[in-house]
Amino acid sequence: MSILKVENLVKNFGGLMAVDHISFDINEGEIFGLIGPNGSGKTTTFNLINHYYPVSGGKIYFKGQDITDKKTFEIARLGIGRTFQVVKPLRRLTVEDNVMAAAFAREQSFAGARAVAKEMISFCRLDKWSEAIAGGLPIAGRKRLEIARALATRPSLLLLDETAAGLNPSELDEAIEIIINIRGKLGITIIIVEHIMKVIMSISDRIHAIAHGATIAEGKPEEVAKNPTVIEAYLGSDYNVENYLNA
Amino acid sequence: MMAKKSTKDTALVSKKEWMIILGLVVLPFVFNFSTYVQGLLVIMMIWVMLGTSWNLLAGYTGLVSFGHAAYFGIGAYTGGLLFFHFHISPWWGLLLGGPAAVILGYLLGIMVFRLRGPYFALGTLASAEILRIVFGEEEWLTNGHNGILYITTWTTKYPYYFIGLVLALGSIFTVKAVMRAKAGYYFLSIREDEDAAQALGIDTMKYKNISTVLSTFWAGTAGAFYMIYMGFIDPEVVFALHNISIITILVGIIGGVGTIWGPALGAAVMVFVQEFFRSAFFGLAPSWVSRLHALAFGLLVIFVILYLAGGIVGDWDIIRKALRFKRKTEIAE
Repeated sequence: MSILKVENLVKNFGGLMAVDHISFDINEGEIFGLIGPNGSGKTTTFNLINHYYPVSGGKIYFKGQDITDKKTFEIARLGIGRTFQVVKPLRRLTVEDNVMAAAFAREQSFAGARAVAKEMISFCRLDKWSEAIAGGLPIAGRKRLEIARALATRPSLLLLDETAAGLNPSELDEAIEIIINIRGKLGITIIIVEHIMKVIMSISDRIHAIAHGATIAEGKPEEVAKNPTVIEAYLGSDYNVENYLNA
Repeated sequence: MMAKKSTKDTALVSKKEWMIILGLVVLPFVFNFSTYVQGLLVIMMIWVMLGTSWNLLAGYTGLVSFGHAAYFGIGAYTGGLLFFHFHISPWWGLLLGGPAAVILGYLLGIMVFRLRGPYFALGTLASAEILRIVFGEEEWLTNGHNGILYITTWTTKYPYYFIGLVLALGSIFTVKAVMRAKAGYYFLSIREDEDAAQALGIDTMKYKNISTVLSTFWAGTAGAFYMIYMGFIDPEVVFALHNISIITILVGIIGGVGTIWGPALGAAVMVFVQEFFRSAFFGLAPSWVSRLHALAFGLLVIFVILYLAGGIVGDWDIIRKALRFKRKTEIAE
């Protein structure tokens, strides 16, 4: 069943075509990878889905409902959570207060919000930082705080924007495990933007590749990775894909 | 800067706070204050309300208002105009001044909430200045610069002290209650990052308005109480840029922006320092010292900003450590 359907999405900033007629249809329970070189329009696509920017053209449907013109906070309340590539912690609040602020999207009481916050903090393995001020967290903690906060709004669809960037190998493995658990244990559909091939290739069910704002391929990870256009646009024409697939 | 664990789990009014309240209630019975000191205590209560009101908007929601005189003035003129035109007791202003300020706040909000950061500050400053000028010029409505005069209800100041105390505590515990609830978390989220707040499902416009309603209500009530207590208002006094809008901000900064009791303490410090100088050290120093009161308060603000950026309450740990260190060295000597 389709949870998010994007039809001919267009965004231009002045003369620049940032997103050029992109369409995709995501099934419930899927992990959907969105890849492309720097500046290809991945984050812009996210910003259009949650209406951080208004679209220049096209339609977005969430569970069959047209959400193209809904406001950012309304979209969050409907059940689309997102993380930011450039993390946006509520700096002077503790990790727990950050996640509680998000939990109030579904919970009215203080105790209820705190229970949800505690659950999501341990889900994202942030327990040891629970009382720490968010602004002082190391990057791995901040990235996971983004996820915990988005989860606390109880989404049915989660947009993850480069949550693995800047992590060391062991943090990376932990991040992959958390993302897999988000679908496995919480049953949340995920769209993930990621540059690290190891992450995106190993966890995505399907991948959608874009370059210069336009679709160049869509399919299973191994198909997309072998697609000559993708290799040329994204990885460079002399790249050996097999090394990454086996990594 | 934020609500600590301990304050969340405990009762709305903690033991320490009950002690403070009790102390303030018995204070006039213990000491035989002169009328002059009684008057200062009443004025202090007005500043507690104003500082607390400003702090909710600026300290907790991140909307730094430079025009709180607008709401204070409207609150004062609500009772004042009812009396001037209809000979209704200004005491009605105490009920209606807050709501009048809320309506004004909502109308101004439609304009100033489109602005962010310094532009918001300038927008609020301009709003208050416009009101000051309009209320000065439109004599048919406001009696202009002649102001509005009313013979106060009591000559003794104690009734005002207790009414002021109830109102000031009302403002403080309104803020405390709100900051422990969902709205409080939403205010802090808006202050920290408006974009992140929206992505978390927070209707930032709605919650900015809620913060404004609460803040302007108490600023307006403070103004209404000022009218009843002083018995005289004119536009230059109640809509004053420096003497109301700016001092309100300084009261918040000295006590501690984004703390529950900060503005209350800031109000006490401000009234004390100003009077200490204005009275030339209570008459002990030559009279020219009294001209230094603005300077002295200014220096205090600079000191706090440089060394205690969190204000007296916000940086209390730093102050306590500094005092402890001093005591130890005294013993060592």
